[in-house]
Amino acid sequence: MSDDHVYLTLAEGHEDDARWAYGTGFEDPLHGVDTTVPEGIDAGELAALCVALADDALVSAQRLAEWITRAPELEEEVALANIGLDLLGQARLLYSRAGQVDGTGRDEDAYAYFRDAGDFRNVRLAELPNADFAFSIARLLMLSSWRLAHFERLASHPDPVLAAIAAKGVKELAYHRQYAAEWAVRLGDGTEESHRRMRRAQEQVAPYLGELFTAYDVRDEVVAVLRQVTEAAGLPMPVYRPLPGSGRDGEHTEHLAPLLAELQGVARAHPEATW
Amino acid sequence: MVTTLLDARRARHVAEQVPDPELPMLTLADLGVLRGVELTEDGTVVARLTPTYSGCPAMAEMRADVAARLRDAGYERVEIRTVMDPPWTSDWITPAGRRKLAEHGIAPPGPAPRGAGPVPLVLSPTRHTVSCPRCGSADTEETSRFAATSCKALWRCRACREPFEYVKEI
Repeated sequence: MSDDHVYLTLAEGHEDDARWAYGTGFEDPLHGVDTTVPEGIDAGELAALCVALADDALVSAQRLAEWITRAPELEEEVALANIGLDLLGQARLLYSRAGQVDGTGRDEDAYAYFRDAGDFRNVRLAELPNADFAFSIARLLMLSSWRLAHFERLASHPDPVLAAIAAKGVKELAYHRQYAAEWAVRLGDGTEESHRRMRRAQEQVAPYLGELFTAYDVRDEVVAVLRQVTEAAGLPMPVYRPLPGSGRDGEHTEHLAPLLAELQGVARAHPEATW
Repeated sequence: MVTTLLDARRARHVAEQVPDPELPMLTLADLGVLRGVELTEDGTVVARLTPTYSGCPAMAEMRADVAARLRDAGYERVEIRTVMDPPWTSDWITPAGRRKLAEHGIAPPGPAPRGAGPVPLVLSPTRHTVSCPRCGSADTEETSRFAATSCKALWRCRACREPFEYVKEI
């Protein structure tokens, strides 16, 4: 065996499911983790929670990846792609956990590629088109602030697998929120044009804040972070007047289906294909 | 019994020498992602690995590499388990690992932030100093907190004008 031949190293002498190229049929990211669901936990509720959090992450990752080749600077493309990769990793772990506990035994691909828009439980904020850079920053700030606060609570969830996924995610999300917060301040406190756009972006995302708060009460904490950033950016606090409906109930905007069509196209054209 | 003990030690040694796919100057032991190697009573080698970041794309490759190395070393039954808890921290990079990173022009991480309770958002500049791994100057600046792999940031040195990578604290 030679370390110079990565493909050969991978191809010879180990499990058939070990693949690292892009496609379907990835190895279970929770491979070898104890999958027992502790007594007293409602498996259906746990699975639904994992799917909602995974859907937020998968859809966000897809929107973040759209910035590649389009961001203002190469460094920002690298940053947005890295944030998307972290979220994609969280989605994979959460889908795998959902499949273990909901009794269906579905793998991550079944959730990501073979459900339609009405089956997705992500918040609508995640699926809105990127618009301009300020909008993507305002969205990332809101989503990462909420997800960080939520994951901090979930780190003590009675399901040890979800708790471990959350504890790991906290470290990553702290970097995401920091990135978004610094850009929000830079744009808000920048030129007249960047200030105008950041203000508009904050107003555009404001109606979607309410949809994030369901189970754990992290609202005050999230709003305090948003206020801290907004004040540092020299921007007025937007009015958080919620929109009716919720992505958590499968009610989505017209933007989710085209996003999924792009995400799922190859896997659906060639189901079970591996390469 | 003695043979078994020696065998367990040898299996551990084999697994510890596997290089990281993305930072090949480090072994998986240097990086702190190899969380244990044991030999069970029926002769199966159980190696435990933890991912650095949730989205680490190298995890499957690490798993395959460790299994292949152990099989090449004569262990027929090999089992690789993923451990998620406790989550990986850059504090687990060994002193040898830190030295190797610096020798290859990558600045090693400082101590990871600790503390219970919510992570505070700090907006005031609180830049810690990262010394240039090439010339040693402390006159450096961050160019991007994200880089070619999840675990690194991009920095540059104002003294020798070279860009360099830096393993982030996490």
